[in-house]
Amino acid sequence: MIEWITSFLSFLPTEVVTVIAIMIKIVAIVLPLMLAVAYLTLAERKIIGAMQVRMGPTKVGPRGSLQPIADALKLMFKEIVIPSKANKFLFLLAPLLLIAPALAAWAVIPFQPEMVLADINAGLLYVLAVTSIGVYGVIIAGWASNSKYALLGAMRSAAQIVAYEIAMGFALVGVLMAAGSLNFGDIVRGQEGYGFVNWYMWPLLPLFVIYFISGVAETNRAPFDVAEGESEIVAGFHVEYSGMPFAVFFLAEYANMILIASLSAIMFMGGWLSPLQGLLPDSVFDIAVIGTLLGSGIHWFLFKVAIFLFLFLWFRATFPRYRYDQIMRLGWKVFIPITIFWLLVLGLAILAGLPPWFSAA
Amino acid sequence: MGFEKFIFYIFSAILIFSASMVITIRNPVKAALFLVLSFFASAAIWMLMEAEFLAIVLVLVYVGAVMVLFLFVLMMLDINLNQLREGFVRYLPIGIGFAVVMAVMMIMVVGGDGFGSPEAVSHGPDYSNTHELGRVLYTDYVYPFEIAAVILLVAIVAAIALTLRKRPNTKHQKIEKQVAVKRNQRVRMVSMSSEERK
Repeated sequence: MIEWITSFLSFLPTEVVTVIAIMIKIVAIVLPLMLAVAYLTLAERKIIGAMQVRMGPTKVGPRGSLQPIADALKLMFKEIVIPSKANKFLFLLAPLLLIAPALAAWAVIPFQPEMVLADINAGLLYVLAVTSIGVYGVIIAGWASNSKYALLGAMRSAAQIVAYEIAMGFALVGVLMAAGSLNFGDIVRGQEGYGFVNWYMWPLLPLFVIYFISGVAETNRAPFDVAEGESEIVAGFHVEYSGMPFAVFFLAEYANMILIASLSAIMFMGGWLSPLQGLLPDSVFDIAVIGTLLGSGIHWFLFKVAIFLFLFLWFRATFPRYRYDQIMRLGWKVFIPITIFWLLVLGLAILAGLPPWFSAA
Repeated sequence: MGFEKFIFYIFSAILIFSASMVITIRNPVKAALFLVLSFFASAAIWMLMEAEFLAIVLVLVYVGAVMVLFLFVLMMLDINLNQLREGFVRYLPIGIGFAVVMAVMMIMVVGGDGFGSPEAVSHGPDYSNTHELGRVLYTDYVYPFEIAAVILLVAIVAAIALTLRKRPNTKHQKIEKQVAVKRNQRVRMVSMSSEERK
């Protein structure tokens, strides 16, 4: 379809056509993402409701299915209250600083072979760098609100994110060592072979677990949501926000959750690869409909993302909030030493050519 | 003017503006935020020079970690702005001295033959900046690289040693003891016969 549009616009200069093509691709990624964010909030309320033997939202639409739309409309028409002593510019900039990196990181996420906005060599580094900017949204929101609770939330969040980013980075070094590339497409292709056996989640199991837990901590989700900490500091960094700026914080949190889920799926569970490809005989994948469903494709990617998102919600329903010093202890004294140790083990495994993951190289 | 030049001038303008705001704005937190913006703009300019690894690492390390800690400290301080403005004239000679020394150093490095820099070399799409940098770093410059790493390690150990102080009177939670606890250290099972209700 992109080719069709670019040929239609061929009377324009090539730079303009390229920009338009990129814009269309961005819309094609961001629109479904925003829809997914909206329905993730519904899924969260329904799933946690079911876990707590409640119904969740039921009134708006059939079985509550239009609840996110109603929420969005309500938030849009609410008044934006700006505290009188707040720094107005920074106060309104903060939500944007949080959501922009959460969306920008999607530029390098491959949904299936060749289906990626920017197929750059340093994709992994790019994601790490872009997601590390998100903390400024939280810090600036806390400082610009000119409120004690908001500032406390921002402080907690800053310390927590810096701590867990190191563990996260080390876990990604493991992926980089295993794949020998920073390009997400190559990382997924490196996991091809005997179906799910060849996924990096097996040789990198400790790094996989640490990455996902650090991801939960980075997104400020329960049980690591001390930056919001309702019981002690009301709502933490976004206590002064209302209406649309608050909604943007919400959007950013859920977009970040989906991002962490898809990164985990790509780096440790083979992205778009089918768990059966290479295990079943090739003739199975030639059957009309079943073959396409069992074979690799974007549906497997979405399914894996859904699994990780369910884990996010499950964690929130299950675990009580960590105490602050315990969060710090877990990040600095447990995760970082384990990742460093496992990098040594991984180096030895790669050197020995441990089959089936590292034998071909 | 090509598209690339256009982008270059936009980011240079942002860089110069934010860098001058860092030193002129009164509020330290805003100065730190402008410093973040200038890091970002210079990362974009490096990206234009096809130094994508350095650009991304600049954002990752300086924007994502170092400046966060800076802001962390700045926000905790209750800074008196009037106090900051005092002694401007008194410190001016020292400031000028430092500025001259730094300017001389920069001219010595990039000045003369180096300043009229040659045309930037452009590489094909297969060229990986990260890969090349890693290859050079771990072959030709492996000893300087390792020595720098050891120096950093020593600095970390020293920094921790400086802040480490034993406070024997404070109550600490000993996690390993909590984990090692057995049931019979906490609860006692008592068997007793049932009693009549009075």
